[in-house]
Amino acid sequence: MSSERQYLDIFTAHREMIDRHSAGVLNALRGKAYDDFSRMGFPTRKVERYKYTDVSAAFAPDYGLNLNRVKFAVDPREAFRCEVPNLGTSLHFIVNDSFYSRPAPSLPEGVVVCSLKQAAETYPDRVAAAYGRLARTEKDAINALNTMLAQDGLFVYVPKGVEVERTIQVVNLLRSDVDLMANRRVLAVLEEGARARLLFCDHAADDRNFLVTQVVEAFVGERASLELYELEETHAKNHRFSNLYVDQQRDSRVTLCNFTLTGGLTRNRTDLTLSGEGAAADLYGCVIADGEQRVDNNTLIDHRAERCTSNQLYKYVLDDAAVGAFAGRVLVREGAQHSRSVERNANLCGTREARMYAQPMLEIYADDVQCSHGSTVGQMDEQALFYMRQRGIGLDEARMLLKMAFADEVISAIGLDPLRNRLHHLVEKRFRGELGHCSGCRLCK
Amino acid sequence: MRGRADVKNRYVREVTQKKYEYGFTTDVQTEVIERGLNEDVVRLISAKKEEPEWLLEFRLAAYRYWQTQEQPTWGHLTLPEIDYQAISYYADPTKGNKKNGPKSLDEIDPELMKTFDKLGIPLEERLALSGTAVDAVMDSVSVKTTFKEKLSERGIIFCSISEAVREYPDLVKQYLGSVVPYRDNYFAALNSAVFSDGSFVYIPKGVRCPMELSTYFRINARNTGQFERTLIVCDDGGYVSYLEGCTAPMRDENQLHAAIVEIVVNENAEVKYSTVQNWYPGDAEGRGGVLNLVTKRGHLRGANSKLSWTQVETGSAVTWKYPSCVLSGDNSQAEFYSVAVTNHHQQADTGTKMIHLGRNTKSTIISKGISAGKSQNSYRGLVRVASKADGARNYSSCDSLLLGSECGAHTFPYMDVCNDTAIVEHEATTSKISEEQLFYCNQRGIPTEEAVGLIVNGYAKDVINKLPMEFAVEAQKLLSVSLEGTVG
Repeated sequence: MSSERQYLDIFTAHREMIDRHSAGVLNALRGKAYDDFSRMGFPTRKVERYKYTDVSAAFAPDYGLNLNRVKFAVDPREAFRCEVPNLGTSLHFIVNDSFYSRPAPSLPEGVVVCSLKQAAETYPDRVAAAYGRLARTEKDAINALNTMLAQDGLFVYVPKGVEVERTIQVVNLLRSDVDLMANRRVLAVLEEGARARLLFCDHAADDRNFLVTQVVEAFVGERASLELYELEETHAKNHRFSNLYVDQQRDSRVTLCNFTLTGGLTRNRTDLTLSGEGAAADLYGCVIADGEQRVDNNTLIDHRAERCTSNQLYKYVLDDAAVGAFAGRVLVREGAQHSRSVERNANLCGTREARMYAQPMLEIYADDVQCSHGSTVGQMDEQALFYMRQRGIGLDEARMLLKMAFADEVISAIGLDPLRNRLHHLVEKRFRGELGHCSGCRLCK
Repeated sequence: MRGRADVKNRYVREVTQKKYEYGFTTDVQTEVIERGLNEDVVRLISAKKEEPEWLLEFRLAAYRYWQTQEQPTWGHLTLPEIDYQAISYYADPTKGNKKNGPKSLDEIDPELMKTFDKLGIPLEERLALSGTAVDAVMDSVSVKTTFKEKLSERGIIFCSISEAVREYPDLVKQYLGSVVPYRDNYFAALNSAVFSDGSFVYIPKGVRCPMELSTYFRINARNTGQFERTLIVCDDGGYVSYLEGCTAPMRDENQLHAAIVEIVVNENAEVKYSTVQNWYPGDAEGRGGVLNLVTKRGHLRGANSKLSWTQVETGSAVTWKYPSCVLSGDNSQAEFYSVAVTNHHQQADTGTKMIHLGRNTKSTIISKGISAGKSQNSYRGLVRVASKADGARNYSSCDSLLLGSECGAHTFPYMDVCNDTAIVEHEATTSKISEEQLFYCNQRGIPTEEAVGLIVNGYAKDVINKLPMEFAVEAQKLLSVSLEGTVG
């Protein structure tokens, strides 16, 4: 219990301060989260869903926590530009775990994009109805820890029938002079027929050890559509634990796209529930890892209603001593007839030290379904390499081209042209080893 | 449409009412020791078998280890609670014969002979036209091994493990527990402590075994468990094809079957191991049935060695086993072909482990699951490529067929790849019987029930084809018995 102890102690010692800098709705769940966390502790690797990540070790070091909400002197808008050329976005910042408000381009009427703390004060009922409903604290220690300590984050609300054309871009910037832990919370509610596109970019501006827990809850109403893109470009000293929960109602559409380009330890848990008939979900993941990077994607797609469709594609390119893990579980419950599910996972291991753990699972309790999964681990096609070399393309360049082609399948799934082009560019730079940080970042130049 | 549905329902009824064919009991004088398990029982079993000191020590070490362990719960199964003290760990139906077992057929209790005749296992050699050598094991004791002399001409040893302990102690000592150590898992520890009989096979260097070797296991006595132990050693350049079949009488309580199979394959040798498992599956309400908790593993020690597991699993209330291969020898090859059928309340969590350690090792996994009734059928498999296993290659394909809306089919594959030259592929599908295929057959005058049988047999063909001839026929029959008409 040593790793857990420090967090429990911090909470009991500073409960008043945590509450004071947050909002009532968030504070209301802390007590239960504390109880759940102290009961469960961090999951060991014997827990099936945490088989490939040593959580306790990642949480063991002593990180600073900005519980007193000291504002950082840096103005992120000046210091940082995460540009996607030709993409008009409604840009917002979360520095560590505090939302920085700024005058954003006008969004359609009724749409709310603001700090979670502020939202909890302004629309307490709306937030209370959703907060903590999907990310149950009794089920997962990271949820419990995050609920216990999170003070702020992002709130997105799109009212019935409203379409937000402009992409809502949120830059999560890690900025600190000491080792820091940040607990972010995101709540997105899309009412019936609403449409929105979210882009999260994770960056670290300082060469410090960071530990981030992020819990995202997204409610997608009937016939609503949500596209969520996540792009992680941090550094080797960053530890990210992200839990994403999505609940989909009848005939809704969700696309989740997760790119891990650089980072230290990345753990993404995605739990998607298809609660309403005819809901459809597409999940894409692309991981490019080298050095000592560890990336663990763990997904659960829960088919609870009839005629739902899910499609997953995860691709990993591993170099050096990188470790990749993918565990995807598709659960088709009793009565979820006519479910369609496809799960694909393909992995390239570039070196002898690179390791890949793949675990595509199907659990099916209904008979009229079509479910399949496929998983491969392999190398680049020697013949294709030979072909290119014959034509005067150097070995490195040829490998690069093949890796690009491999990753391209995921990138081309992005529906947004400017973002797709930008990712092409970023992934290529990443393969060339040129990418430490986003080129738009002035701090890193 | 209504007519068709009626036909379907009729067949569903028929199948659910179908009785387990091998559910009779044999009234034979059986010596059963007191129920319960403690060190004295372990010593008693060892004494009854007149075992050497080292084996008793092995048993006791296993027993002590078992006591420190807890029964695992990670399977996708609901195991009924097992009261290990309510089981008798030794039952001897040959009691009354000489200590070393029957010397000739005349010495075998005619009731026992009848039992095996009824099961279609020919113990009388002149009747054994199929040319298969049989070791028949009832409860804790090997009743009779046929063709022993003919095999020994080529230096092949085929006998019960108790006999092997007496006759070839060095061989047994060398290999016993070398593939599945008693610390391997809970049930392996239990088996190592109380194992009774089973077969021992030794194929000397360069010898191809001229006939199929077969062991037939039968649980007969009430409240006993079966803990057999099979050890197969195939020396350099040898070849053997080994078959295993199992049945048990119908009883309302669960019977425990915790066996161990160890296979050692040396350089250039090849072993084929086929199982048709038809333990009593329990009745339609899920009462009774055998709990089949088995550890099977082969170690491909030599270069160019080959091991092939083929299993047809139709019986048992609970099947929880993973016949595995450790591919240590360079260029070694392993195969796993499986058809697992579950009906009524049966549960199966089965699959394989392929551990690639040597270079250019290859493994193939073909698994077909068929679930009907209220059963749960899971494939769970591990493919691990160690960092030194250059050029390792694996192909896995797991298909599940669902017949009925209350059953479940699950796939849990694990792939751990630590080598950049390895190629590992896995694919799985789950679906119900294609309406189109059924319609196609119907159109051509084939009634639905026959069409289902046809489609299921076609579906399982990849695996059935790998079985030796006699077993393939039996397996096909079993499939049709278990499934015909269950589509609903």
